[in-house]
Amino acid sequence: MTDAGRHPRITLLTQSEVKEITGFVGNFHVKVLKRARYVKEKECTACGDCATVCPVVVPDEFNVGLSSRRAIYSPFPQAVPSSYAVDINHCLGHNPIICGKCIEKCSKRCIDFNMNDEELSFDVGTIIVATGMEPFDPKALDEYGYTRYENVLTSMEFERLINAGGPTHGHVIRLTDRKIPRSVAFIQCVGSRSPQRGHPYCSNICCMNTVKSAIMLKEHYPEIEVKVFYIDIRAFGKGFEDLFRRSKGMGVRYIRGLPGSVRQDAAGQDMVLTVENTATNELETYRAEMVILAVGLEPPAEMKHIQEMLALQKTSDGFYLEAHPKLQPVDSASRGIFFAGCAEGPKDIKDSVTQASAAAARAMRLMNPGSLTVEAITAEVDEELCTACGLCAKVCPYKAITVDVKARVPAKVTEASCSGCGTCSAECPVGAIRMNHFTDEQIEAQIDAILAEEPQKQVLVFACNWCSYAGADFAGVSRLSYSSANRLIRTMCSGRIHEKFIWRAFEKGAPVVLVSGCHIGDCHYINANHFTERRIKRVWKKMEKLGLRRERLGLEWISAAEGIRFQKVMDDMENLRRTVTPDEIEATQQILLNERTKATRK
Amino acid sequence: MQKPESHDTARIGVYICHCGSNIAGAVDCEAVAAYARTLPGVIHARDQGYTCSEPGQAQIKQDIREFGLNRIVVASCSPRLHEPTFRKCVSEAGLNPYLMEMANIREQCSWVHSLDREGATTKARDLVRSAVARARLLDVRTELEVPVRRSTLVIGGGVAGIQAALDLADAGYPVVLVEKQPSIGGIMAQLDKTFPTMDCSI
Ligand SMILES: Cc1cc2nc3c(=O)[nH]c(=O)nc-3n(C[C@H](O)[C@H](O)[C@H](O)COP(=O)(O)OP(=O)(O)OC[C@H]3O[C@@H](n4cnc5c(N)ncnc54)[C@H](O)[C@@H]3O)c2cc1C
Ligand code: SF4
Ligand code: SF4
Ligand code: SF4
Repeated sequence: MTDAGRHPRITLLTQSEVKEITGFVGNFHVKVLKRARYVKEKECTACGDCATVCPVVVPDEFNVGLSSRRAIYSPFPQAVPSSYAVDINHCLGHNPIICGKCIEKCSKRCIDFNMNDEELSFDVGTIIVATGMEPFDPKALDEYGYTRYENVLTSMEFERLINAGGPTHGHVIRLTDRKIPRSVAFIQCVGSRSPQRGHPYCSNICCMNTVKSAIMLKEHYPEIEVKVFYIDIRAFGKGFEDLFRRSKGMGVRYIRGLPGSVRQDAAGQDMVLTVENTATNELETYRAEMVILAVGLEPPAEMKHIQEMLALQKTSDGFYLEAHPKLQPVDSASRGIFFAGCAEGPKDIKDSVTQASAAAARAMRLMNPGSLTVEAITAEVDEELCTACGLCAKVCPYKAITVDVKARVPAKVTEASCSGCGTCSAECPVGAIRMNHFTDEQIEAQIDAILAEEPQKQVLVFACNWCSYAGADFAGVSRLSYSSANRLIRTMCSGRIHEKFIWRAFEKGAPVVLVSGCHIGDCHYINANHFTERRIKRVWKKMEKLGLRRERLGLEWISAAEGIRFQKVMDDMENLRRTVTPDEIEATQQILLNERTKATRK
Repeated sequence: MQKPESHDTARIGVYICHCGSNIAGAVDCEAVAAYARTLPGVIHARDQGYTCSEPGQAQIKQDIREFGLNRIVVASCSPRLHEPTFRKCVSEAGLNPYLMEMANIREQCSWVHSLDREGATTKARDLVRSAVARARLLDVRTELEVPVRRSTLVIGGGVAGIQAALDLADAGYPVVLVEKQPSIGGIMAQLDKTFPTMDCSI
């Protein structure tokens, strides 16, 4: 930690938030809001004199509320940077009539209430997302009585109690009588492995954390009775089984079954646990003087801003989704953005560190050559066809198009800024934009080829590379089976799907067509899928006007992690296809043919 | 504008990968290869054990030279996995990498229709037909080279963020480490001893 604070090449910005990230791999533009600390970080020696005079007392979050701190404080003794900070939400203010006591007290004069929040801008080539996790809050699980009973604690609170630097100097005492408990019960899987009671996944660390805590208790207090209530103990890592066995050797008892209820006895001190022991199939009752809930890990409450800025995807667990679960475990789907630690899923310190080094190596591999090539999937304007209407410039999510509507100067695409979503090409009313590598002709050739044989049996699907196509791949990797009627056409973005592709498919006899992409808000191309949605709604209206069943054109958002959803959508589309009769297909073709002749006559 | 190649002269080679039994287990690869030979523009088609393997790739390169192929279709796994592999392969044989197209007959076919050999084989044929139609119209593309800034933003200063920042900084790359709390350290800073070694955390 201190190495990171001192390193000449690391700029440490604490109390800071990333506000905005634009640009692309190799050239990200970053804006960070650094909140004022009101103490000069470089000058403060952390002597702590200021805190002795501060009259404000608030719960100390570092000790999870088991002790208090002042409004001017150091989060913990080894903090980096090792400077005090003013908690401005609780500070009474520096007006001498009201307070401002700390300013006087600091002999180095490093408290400065005139500091302002700063906005910093800089450019980087790569980004590593290491935003971690949060321990599960067990308040909602009423049967365990957390917060109702003072002697029921979380594993996080226990960590602070047994910590020599903690509020009790490492003495594990219970809160009701401040005595060392003679018996302690641990309850496993709190908030884990149950979709109804927290999260469906295993939190990975809590079994071993309990084994560790039990050993520490036995080392501190050899006479103490320790019981662990569990479903199964997951001691899968290197050295884990040894530790587990050691705890048993020390007399820790493991009882298979999770308590159905935790109550306080009549004296209001000890806890009574009722549990169905699944090893003996008996309903048993145990007493313990203290109960520790082995809480799981969950994604941080606030992930949305970073997720949207970087167009990252999450798995159904709520953690970030990697580019490939086996082969690219630290890459995100966006080039130049990597994951490290629990941001990607619950894991212990060793795995977090391993992943962090891997992410650093992947980032270096990308940056080391000093330059990189971007896929040659870019838009190009045919100046002769362009009427300078300006529509393309309006829809481009990357502002990569310039066009002077007044002076009638045709549109121009800046190749380096174009990300290749194809939205402009799908929106241009005169077909003046050629989307390279995903041209109209190429996509139409695929539509025609697919519908060339037995069109009435085909479910034609347009799928975007990053989400729905990736979701289909995920369904494949998970071996989920579904109807084989569908035929996918891949484009980079659903925004590429021009109205005319859909009409063409129906003209060629497609019974149903599906357009699929990333969920709104998750689009890999900022917001290009908004235009997809708008366009599909337009087509639905026209279908209704023409007397065509609009449900024959589907629009579905499927993320890269939603293999199961992809499977379901494919089966639903096939069921829908079966409702489309040859007569209906023929009638559709006739209606569209009439429309076409009308249009050409005009 | 980059000049599109004349599409009439497309000479397409099609490679149907068995992927061991991953694809061949559910798709009649030989039949798909035979079908591919009947498609317009296809000069040569064959099925192979593992197209991505060294011999598989060597075969493609040899065929490009021997048959004067100028478009390649690989029907195998997802392009999200192996597009870079096959782009590199064809460019080593002197072809522009954008003249390679893939048909996904594993993730989106054999793996999900494993109980429906007929359906899977028909779908594979259709996907190859679609890929060949697209391949006929592929154009030569040249990638733009852009400079890369040699610096990294690390968001989050827990043990993972700290480790990543130190590795990068020690290797000579400037790092900006952004942490929302007043101190770095994350959850680990709150722990005393840690498993499996039972030593201090900070
Ligand atoms: C009770 C308990 C006991 C444990 N015991 C052990 C043990 O004994 N051994 C072991 O190996 N592991 C243990 N673990 C697991 C260990 O804590 C984790 O593996 C480790 O902390 C993960 O590190 P991280 O950097 O990924 O995440 P975190 O420690 O969660 O750090 C994430 C950091 O990112 C910051 N952050 C989050 N969002 C943003 C944002 N938007 N902008 C800026 N900064 C942000 C946070 O403030 C935090 O500092 C335990 C966990 C718990 C809960
Ligand atoms: S690690 Fe153990 S306690 Fe934690 S969720 Fe998994 S099985 Fe339950
Ligand atoms: S939308 Fe088409 S016509 Fe309008 S400015 Fe853009 S390229 Fe030109
Ligand atoms: S393809 Fe997308 S990113 Fe490129 S110019 Fe068109 S709208 Fe903008």
